Amino acid sequence: MTQKNHSAEESKIVLQVANYNVDFWVEGVWYPAAIDMNFQVEAGKVLAIVGESGSGKSTTAMGLMDLLATNARVSGSVIVRGQEMIGAKKSQLRKFRGREVAYIFQEPMTALNPVYTIGFQIVETLRTHFDMGPNEAKTRAIELLTMVEIPTPEASFNKYPHQLSGGQRQRAMIAQSLACDPGLLVADEPTTALDVTVQAEILDLIRNLRDKLNSAILLITHDMGVVADLSDDILVMKDGNTVEYGTADQIFNRPKHPYTKELLAAVPKLGSVAVRELSPELVGKPAVLKLENVSIEYPKSGRIPAFRAVTDFSLEIFPGEIVGLVGESGSGKTTVGRAAIGLLPTVEGKIEIVGRDMTKPTPQELREIRRHTGIVFQDPVSSLNPRLPIGESIGEPLFLSGDAKGAELDKRVEDLLDSVELPRSYRNRYPHELSGGQRQRVGIARALALTPDLLIADEPTSALDVSVQARFLDLLQELQDKLKFACLFISHDLAVVDILSHRIAVMQNGRLIEVGSRDQILKNPREDYTKRLISSVPVPDPAEQRLRREARLAGK
Amino acid sequence: MSKENQVTGSNPEKNENEIAGRDTVGLTQKQIIVKRFVKHKAAMGSLFGLIFIFIFVFTATGLQIGNSQNPTTVPGWWKYKITDIDPEGAIAASCNGGVTGCPTLDIVPSFFDGDGIKIGEHPFGTDIIGTDYFALVVRGAQQSILVMLIVGFLGIVLGTTIGAIAGFYGGLVDAVLMRITDMFLVTPTIIIGSVIGFRFGNFGVIPLALLLGFFAWMGLARFVRTEFLTLREREFVDAARVAGASDRRIIFKHILPNAMGIIIVSGTLLASGAILAESALSYLGFGVKPPDVSLGLLISQYQDSFSISPWLFWWPGTLIVSIALFVNFIGDGLRDAFDPRQRRHISFKDRRNAKELNGKRD
Repeated sequence: MTQKNHSAEESKIVLQVANYNVDFWVEGVWYPAAIDMNFQVEAGKVLAIVGESGSGKSTTAMGLMDLLATNARVSGSVIVRGQEMIGAKKSQLRKFRGREVAYIFQEPMTALNPVYTIGFQIVETLRTHFDMGPNEAKTRAIELLTMVEIPTPEASFNKYPHQLSGGQRQRAMIAQSLACDPGLLVADEPTTALDVTVQAEILDLIRNLRDKLNSAILLITHDMGVVADLSDDILVMKDGNTVEYGTADQIFNRPKHPYTKELLAAVPKLGSVAVRELSPELVGKPAVLKLENVSIEYPKSGRIPAFRAVTDFSLEIFPGEIVGLVGESGSGKTTVGRAAIGLLPTVEGKIEIVGRDMTKPTPQELREIRRHTGIVFQDPVSSLNPRLPIGESIGEPLFLSGDAKGAELDKRVEDLLDSVELPRSYRNRYPHELSGGQRQRVGIARALALTPDLLIADEPTSALDVSVQARFLDLLQELQDKLKFACLFISHDLAVVDILSHRIAVMQNGRLIEVGSRDQILKNPREDYTKRLISSVPVPDPAEQRLRREARLAGK
Repeated sequence: MSKENQVTGSNPEKNENEIAGRDTVGLTQKQIIVKRFVKHKAAMGSLFGLIFIFIFVFTATGLQIGNSQNPTTVPGWWKYKITDIDPEGAIAASCNGGVTGCPTLDIVPSFFDGDGIKIGEHPFGTDIIGTDYFALVVRGAQQSILVMLIVGFLGIVLGTTIGAIAGFYGGLVDAVLMRITDMFLVTPTIIIGSVIGFRFGNFGVIPLALLLGFFAWMGLARFVRTEFLTLREREFVDAARVAGASDRRIIFKHILPNAMGIIIVSGTLLASGAILAESALSYLGFGVKPPDVSLGLLISQYQDSFSISPWLFWWPGTLIVSIALFVNFIGDGLRDAFDPRQRRHISFKDRRNAKELNGKRD
């Protein structure tokens, strides 16, 4: 790259960051987001930056190539292949972006442009940086798609992002970022939006590519399990400060800082908690939710034919019981959850909620049943009205059911905020002023406002950090112990379901394939699919992770 | 914020945590929006400005309701009416070598030019035949404000309702409502205005405004429908439904505030556009007819006298611009009040003057 004389060791260093600071301007004050950071990445190595959301890890990565908003200030030194990036000219930076430093983002659906085919987007990157003809670029693009193991690369070249599954989109995204053979690959939470099984595949892919291409990889994640799978060095961040920086072996086996230990402990482990018993007074009561041979279809709209999302599904949930429903995305588990609360109609079978037949409900029956049910949605951003103060969101079920008004309603909202451990002063805040975990607490408070007999929790933790998730699960468990509601807990992560559930049901392609007590499913799974789900759960231990990986590959 | 925080004295065991123990008075969405709007300086200034103009013009010459041949009038505090002619006064106020009817209003203090501050006989001057121009402008402003308010109100109410219903229910309802909207859209406004003006212009400005408003809602309906189509798929709509909310509550309480930005922006454009539409129609001779006046009519009548008697152009022009500006600022303030996450631009000065907090994080 440069004409300067580097010793062999120095030239291996792709990224060298020293005294690096990022601050954000907020109402007249520079708030630090990354404080005095020093780290380096060598070719063929993976450095993982780990921390909760808000710890400044993404900001650190985006600041390296000056990709932050205008209210940010970056200082210090960032040297990529011997070239200083801070204070460099815009044209210089543009030349380095994509060519030397490539990014993989968290959400491939939003990072890929929906109106262009993935092939077009890869070709665009290639032709921006290299003097290349369209045919040559296309050949190279198909080569890249083959490299990231997309099935039928020639056909996928002409597909639009929405025609690919989440995992394939992430592969296309990786293909695009690899287009120019970059020296440094920055992967910002590359698997957070993916299912556990797909996550395992993508991690395998990234590991293979590192060996094949000899790139340096900067991996940003909140999940110690993912880190264990991939990284050589680890940097732990908290509130913009470097908490601990060392090799993977040091961090995992001899963590020094209490915060690192806390992060490691937050990763849910299969079989780590004692079996949860139903309290004896609840045994033998009639089911709260009874689904009998239920089929659910999304009706045909325009040229898209009707789609059967769930086929012949039967499940019972008894009072005080938490049933975990596990499966990959697209397996129909959310559909079951929505039907169980009367948001979707069924085409076949019978649904009984709190002793009432809800197969073909009248609006009156629906309103009645909603007093006995609650739901926590997957995405706390979308499920809270952005223009409604959270106090009003929480109080709405109470207000609408006529249970409380005025001062009485205020009191009940305060009690609910107390019960989910949020300060009462938050009631006038808008959802965007809260963190993800806090928003999800608001979601629970709203779902529990009417003290329901049945709670549907639709992937409530999938948008949360591992450490936030751990606290959230504790809270949910506490509330359940106190209020004794029945709960259908939907998740793609077996480890999460394992912590909470009494029984576990496994779904694949719209069918229930296995249901049983927690121990039965985790220790003696009958189906291969269940076994695969279990082996995909990341564990914060590099050695064990390697064993599981080999087992998984052998099983293929 | 500290004003709404009241420490609960009656419940001492809850005060252990300083923040958690503080009770905040629960505010509804409406109260928060009002509070934010009141804080918006430009919008509040404009609101007072508009109210001032409104009261000023409606009390000055009094109200004249009904058709122009046989109006019902309420007297005002200004001595001239639009039908009074005062040729002597016009000649007395000559200036610039023989141009009659110059404004007698003087706001330059006496230590600068010696004349002193005075209102005079005809503060805004007179027109060519000696009608008091202040009376004309004030009367014109009354008409224009009425048109603006009525067209704006009708357009926003009709457009929002139709767009909301079409977007929320979709399917057949959407198809029927949108085809009706198309029917309205393909009919040129100026022709409809001309026909309406030709037929109803003599009944005064209110029927004209009502009919103009009836043909002004289509663009807004389209915008609102698009917003609703995306917003109704969001999970908070399901959440509200699970909470037991009716369709009406979901539309008005949950989705509408989220679509407020687009409604206010196009609503204010609609309102200021209404003044211009009325001016255009009056210019074509179909809107307000002499002897009654509107601001648009005044401008079109005196567009040729700009070089000789520019005040005939300035006064109505200034009023149109300030009313339109005030309405737009109010709209701006409303949009900011409804949008909890408005951002402001950060200047270089802001960056330089910002406090350092590096390394001193709590």
